[in-house]
Amino acid sequence: MSGRSVLKRIDWLTVLFYILLVAIGWVNIYSSTFTEAEPSIFNFSTLHGKQLFFIGASAVSIVIILALETNFFERFSSVLYIVSMVLLLGLFVFGKTVAGATSWYDLGFFNLQPSELAKATTALALAKYLSDIQTDIKRRKDQLYAFLIILIPTILIVPQPDPGSALVFFALVFVIFREGLPLYYLGIGFLLVSVFVATLMFGTIWVGIALALLIVLFFLLKKKSFKLPVLPVVSFAILAVLFSLSVNFVFNNVFEQRHRDRFSLWLRLEKDPEKLEQIRKTIGYNTYQSEKAIESGGFFGKGFLEGTRTKGDFVPEQHTDYIFSTVGEEWGFVGTATVVILFTLLLLRLVYLAERQKNAFSRMYGYGVISILLIHYFINIGMVIGVLPTIGIPLPFFSYGGSGLLFFTLLLFIFLKLDTNRLKEGI
Amino acid sequence: MRKILLSSIIIIIGITFLGRLGYLQIFSFSPDQALEDPAIKRIYDYPERGYIYDRNGKLLVGNDPAYDVMVIPREVRALDTLEFCNLLGVGKEKFIKELRKARIYSPRLPSVLVPQLSKEDYARLQEKMRHYQGFYIQKRSLRYYDTPSAANVLGYISEVNERDLAKNPYYVQGELTGRSGVEKVYEDILRGRKGVQYLQKDRFNRDIGPYKDGILDTLPEQGKEIHITIDKQLQEYGERLMYGKRGGIVALEPATGEILSMISGPTYDPSLLVGRERSANYSKLHYDSISKPLFDRSISAEGSPGSPFKTLNALVALQEGVITTGTTFSCYNGFYVGRTKRGCHCGGGTRNLNVGIYKSCNAYFAGTFRKIYEKFPTTDEAQDAWEKHMRSFGLGGYLGSDLHTGRPGLIPSKKYYDKWYGDNRWSSSYIISNSIGQGEVAATPIQLANMTAAIANRGHFFTPHLLKKVDGEDISNPEFVKPKHTTIDKEHFEPVIKGMADVYNYGTGRWVQIPDIEIAGKTGTVENYTVIDSVKTQLTDHSVFVAFAPVDKPKIAIAVYIENGYYGSRYAGHIASLMIEKYLKGEITRKDLEKRMLEKTLEHEYAKPYSGEEFKINEYVW
Repeated sequence: MSGRSVLKRIDWLTVLFYILLVAIGWVNIYSSTFTEAEPSIFNFSTLHGKQLFFIGASAVSIVIILALETNFFERFSSVLYIVSMVLLLGLFVFGKTVAGATSWYDLGFFNLQPSELAKATTALALAKYLSDIQTDIKRRKDQLYAFLIILIPTILIVPQPDPGSALVFFALVFVIFREGLPLYYLGIGFLLVSVFVATLMFGTIWVGIALALLIVLFFLLKKKSFKLPVLPVVSFAILAVLFSLSVNFVFNNVFEQRHRDRFSLWLRLEKDPEKLEQIRKTIGYNTYQSEKAIESGGFFGKGFLEGTRTKGDFVPEQHTDYIFSTVGEEWGFVGTATVVILFTLLLLRLVYLAERQKNAFSRMYGYGVISILLIHYFINIGMVIGVLPTIGIPLPFFSYGGSGLLFFTLLLFIFLKLDTNRLKEGI
Repeated sequence: MRKILLSSIIIIIGITFLGRLGYLQIFSFSPDQALEDPAIKRIYDYPERGYIYDRNGKLLVGNDPAYDVMVIPREVRALDTLEFCNLLGVGKEKFIKELRKARIYSPRLPSVLVPQLSKEDYARLQEKMRHYQGFYIQKRSLRYYDTPSAANVLGYISEVNERDLAKNPYYVQGELTGRSGVEKVYEDILRGRKGVQYLQKDRFNRDIGPYKDGILDTLPEQGKEIHITIDKQLQEYGERLMYGKRGGIVALEPATGEILSMISGPTYDPSLLVGRERSANYSKLHYDSISKPLFDRSISAEGSPGSPFKTLNALVALQEGVITTGTTFSCYNGFYVGRTKRGCHCGGGTRNLNVGIYKSCNAYFAGTFRKIYEKFPTTDEAQDAWEKHMRSFGLGGYLGSDLHTGRPGLIPSKKYYDKWYGDNRWSSSYIISNSIGQGEVAATPIQLANMTAAIANRGHFFTPHLLKKVDGEDISNPEFVKPKHTTIDKEHFEPVIKGMADVYNYGTGRWVQIPDIEIAGKTGTVENYTVIDSVKTQLTDHSVFVAFAPVDKPKIAIAVYIENGYYGSRYAGHIASLMIEKYLKGEITRKDLEKRMLEKTLEHEYAKPYSGEEFKINEYVW
């Protein structure tokens, strides 16, 4: 296949979204790391200069990916997966510790974060396994294997410690759902999370009452023909109440104070203004400052390089995990809405692309890409604007970080490369 | 279903985020919020604190400029430290230490390097200052006291502390606030309102002009000048008379309730609590736990009122109709409570109201007191009635004046005695000491003065207060300009006042007579005790005198309480008469007496309990 035909077939709309996000991201990195001493764009000793270098490196990697055989990724997915797992294992021996987490290899000119690589390779491996003709996701055993593919990198990443990155892998469960894992798994998971949150916010008694009401409602609304599994529903409700009780116990006895503080900040549990102020100064400092920065942007923002809170370095980690607060302060609601809409469009476009794949592997990998991007975007922005608890993972294409940008680019463009080949069925 | 699941999630997340962002950036956003922005600099323009004048327009407190040398550590460039230290008049070590302290506080915010330069130092420094980058001089204004007196009245100002900051959002760290006295009570009036100017800073942390063209800026509002009711001359004179004595003097104008003077002895020069030496001086005063100069005895010292309280018992008895002016009691150089004899110094004989007052006969008032209680079927009811009458004179509770502190004194209630003796296990003979102002009753000098003013007014008083004018306007606070009526009818006052006038004419207070001035007064000699080595020990009596003058149209009501001054007219009476003469005539005719009062001290009395030796009390030592 010639390079020209790749350029013809590649989904330029996705590429456009990608370029826009990277560009907007860099502009904001520039703004939040700007110092009067180094106004030059191309100074590679500055953070924005380095990021520019990695944008170039990403462009090169795109060319390489597009030039490779389409089959390469499917054929080598297992190998890539194993290599990345080995790299993760190697961290225990050769890893470099940055900010308390042993997540990097020091390669001299930059730090490689193998967990970023593992996101792409795990997506590939999962797609490969699920698309295998012998795999039937309705079988328990195959479900277990699929979960194992996700679980192994998670187990390797949690002790780094980097629970945020580990969490990302669970998003890949969506891929399994798409391919036929019964939906009640999702339902149960959703219910448990709801009960957990509701218990913390309203207490076990209200959760119990709500569940009882739900069951009554269920009885009233059910169709006559529908056979209701009375026993399972009721026992499930009882289990949920027990779970709710255990939540209280775990929250008060197992969790550490910093965890409790994070939750009470997130769910606005703390009403005492003095303690709230205390939380804002300690564990909630980041969230509070970033919310304030975003709020202070108003509708139109303060303008490029005019973000006063950005300038004063009031939001820690602003060029990495909290980059979105710079958007909020300097570009206002116009800017934040643009970014949210861009991400939404990109993700929807990717769903569309994934769905049009004839090849199961391509489709499942597509879903893997979407899941990974979605969970990053959801958790990161959710945390920055204060609707989710603090979990430190970067915003794809946006946050400062070389290996982050490079591997998100890889992740996305492998899929776009697969997409160029969508009309061919099978291998 | 499965196909749209992910798309739905993506869209729901998008909508949630847009909703939250809309809430933050459109709904919660307010343009004023920028004022809390750490990158918007505020510059305060402090108005001058209001001056305080006395009732005759004489200046009491003004302002003096002071100059602080400030430093912004980040902007400091290399300098000739030695030369600069010489200019500032500080040692090199101290200079380096202070600079380090400032840098630790904040490299970019200004800190005070050398506080409160004198005007001369300032003049010398001013022209050379521009050679030293990162340093500048900030002008402040300090309180200036045009009197060595009235420290307890005027109070002082000091930097706001954490509690002030939490209580009132107006204040910013480093600002000053009234800490006691008038400075505290009328803080809002005196302080004015600081002006605020908002400066926008650009990304280089430079000021780039007013924020939003200054539409949010405010001009400072000047502090208002106030006139207080104190008579500067009388106050200063009273404090001189209190030399070497402990106690309080309060003089009121009965017709208005204005406090003419409020003297606490010992006191201190208010100028001590200004400037560089403030905290050292404050500590010294604060830790003087024996003479307690910071304790305002004129409004906070609760003591037995002594014999002046007899006048109120007489009024209550008249009001209740249990005696008439002709009712007599016999005095056997004392009276009997059960089998115990209680003494009296009046000389003995048959006493009616007039003689009872001017000879201060204990037996007469014990009898009167019993009659009050006998009128009622139960002691409880009698106690209620008695308490109500006493409280109507402003005793046993806070007066509600504009003083920053005070004490309520004590007028015991039936509950008080029920707790003490048990329910229904007490009667008038248990509490007979109240008849002569000893026992449980307690009052502060200002309460005694106020009670005297109520008698002078024949049945009403105005809440004692200090504020007279704000910015030249007379005050109209109804708390202060509306009379408070006592429960005693007007006609009952005349016989009591007649008795008090006779105290002065030929009674216990005849020694203090002033030519051409008619005074009604009452002496008091208050027994008091202290504990020395766990032994209750009696000390020399407190000398008390309350008076008003002239008798017909009272212009001044005064209470003088001199601790351990022995009998009433010995110190308190003389001092009161001097104060009255000074106020009414402006000069003193009795120079010898004045000299004696100014020079005599009671330090030997105050030293007795601490001497560790046996001592005599109530000695005639002049």
